Amino acid sequence: MSGNLTTALSRAAQYAFITGIALFIAIPMLVIAVFSFDANRFPTIPWGGFSLQWHEAVFADDMIRDAFVNSLVVGFGTAVIATILGFAAAYIDYRYVFRGKTLFGLLVAIPPAVPVSILGMAMLAFLSRIGLFGSVEAIVACHVAIATSFAMAIIRLRLGEFPRDLEPAAWNLGASPFATLLTVVLPFCKPALIASFFLSAAVSFDEFLIAWFVGGVNETLPVRILNLLQGQVNPKINAIGTIVLIISIALVLVAQRFVGVRAGKTSQSNT
Amino acid sequence: MSNTFVALENLDKRFAGHHAVKGINLDIKAGEFIALMGPSGCGKSTTLRLLAGLDEPTGGDIFIGGQSMRGIPAFQRDTPMVWQSLALFPFLSVVENVEFPLRMKKVGKIERRKRAMEWLERLGLGGMAERGISQLSGGQRQRVAIARSLVTQPPILLLDEPLSALDAHLRVRMQTELSRLHKELGITFIYVTHAQSEAFALADRIVLMADGMIQQIGRPQDVYREPANAFVAEFMGMNNIVRGGISGRSGDEVQIDGPLGRFIVLAKSNPRSRGIASFVIAADRVGLSEASAQDAVANRVNGSVIGIEFVGSTQTIFFDVNGQEFRVQKQQHEIDALDLTPGKRFALHWQPQHAWLLPEAA
Repeated sequence: MSGNLTTALSRAAQYAFITGIALFIAIPMLVIAVFSFDANRFPTIPWGGFSLQWHEAVFADDMIRDAFVNSLVVGFGTAVIATILGFAAAYIDYRYVFRGKTLFGLLVAIPPAVPVSILGMAMLAFLSRIGLFGSVEAIVACHVAIATSFAMAIIRLRLGEFPRDLEPAAWNLGASPFATLLTVVLPFCKPALIASFFLSAAVSFDEFLIAWFVGGVNETLPVRILNLLQGQVNPKINAIGTIVLIISIALVLVAQRFVGVRAGKTSQSNT
Repeated sequence: MSNTFVALENLDKRFAGHHAVKGINLDIKAGEFIALMGPSGCGKSTTLRLLAGLDEPTGGDIFIGGQSMRGIPAFQRDTPMVWQSLALFPFLSVVENVEFPLRMKKVGKIERRKRAMEWLERLGLGGMAERGISQLSGGQRQRVAIARSLVTQPPILLLDEPLSALDAHLRVRMQTELSRLHKELGITFIYVTHAQSEAFALADRIVLMADGMIQQIGRPQDVYREPANAFVAEFMGMNNIVRGGISGRSGDEVQIDGPLGRFIVLAKSNPRSRGIASFVIAADRVGLSEASAQDAVANRVNGSVIGIEFVGSTQTIFFDVNGQEFRVQKQQHEIDALDLTPGKRFALHWQPQHAWLLPEAA
């Protein structure tokens, strides 16, 4: 009997612990979201009443809108390019054995391991030298360098489940190596490609430091937020924060759905 | 020679550190069912891959329909293969899998759907067209793989141990279907297996390989009853090999003396009259009688029982004959009356015409 009680208590304690951690992480974001609808200019308790004015103000603000558009453009560009490069790297790693393969793998995997500030400064220095500093393209290039590592990892994982006989079977049935890539490998990797796309978008959308270093006048949303914060304490920030939070969560959730590694089952989007 | 459809000419394949196929020669007639057999590592699967173009030979050539395959990549050959792992595309439905080769040949949508459905109907899978591969049973998947390989009406079909993953009951059913398909289509089948029963049931001719070389080519019954060398004799069926030297010959009767005694072997096709020789006596052609009984039969040894192996209704009895292991196969009912306790001595005898003189020395 006491065995059951101990188990129940221990269960309760575990849940409480995890709930505590989750709340600790989530509460600041929830607070921001809640107060973004607060009619009061300064967040106070009690609440000043429900109001959409700060959200409306965000959409009316030109600089915020420009920054948002930049974030979208950079995010989309990064997602597309990183997924393509990530697939190429993953496929090469899967299919071929060659001298320097380990070095190649390392090169692709390193960017997320390098401290972002060092990465940012190095990119700033390099881009200035070749005259690309301060452009949206520059931000995309830097984000691609980071996001490709994630894309490659996700797609390589998927290729690990690719039955070895499928490619030769396709050749045997009349598909040229290129046709096989298009009609067999890519469709098989579809869930991983989608996951890479959204994860790269999420990585780029949230990325602050490099965009700040490298973007110059072109601000992405996180950069605009910092500038807003430095200037004034403005309730518009809560609204932006809420919007960014929702977008980021959505991107990651979509990515999660397609990465879905379940024991003994390939991703749901296969028939 | 004129209806040779596939020819292997000094075909050689060397991998780093492993000589897999050592210059083999083989002529296969159009419409033949050939079984490539042998123990693991003998080179049969490598040979099949070379035929399909999945590996390039390091020497020699392959001719299909009179045309050299040198430099022709896999996707340009018309040599579809049924894989041991089936290699069905998990992201395509059943009918889309079967359509795939037609799609690669740029056949129009409606036409290829029609032809794919015809094949599915033919193999009894008509209702499964839209299903996913994972929803099919092993036997059904097997048939999808076969349909997919045959949908382009190829002149040749390669099969790499296609039935080894199935349970015994299903295997026999599929064997019958494959045999029927072969007769209906009349095309050349090249079938790799390590299971004798499959090769015997299906093949017109068996090609037995070992260590990268062809040991014997022939009809199943010929390879079984008239092995070309000791390896074939030991690999096929259940045979006993008796070694010795030729001590005389009169007409077709060859006299062999060896450690186990003196024997007469009828060797119509083998002209040898002297030297070291071995002969083969199949386990199911050895008769048993009491050790003390006098017999007029010339070929006889005495042995003591070591043990018995029971496989269905067939018993294999192992004997110790002067230190050599001898095997005798009998039906259960034939030996019911005998006392087969280990150590008991028996006379083992056979007819001279049932012994087969091995063509090569020792």
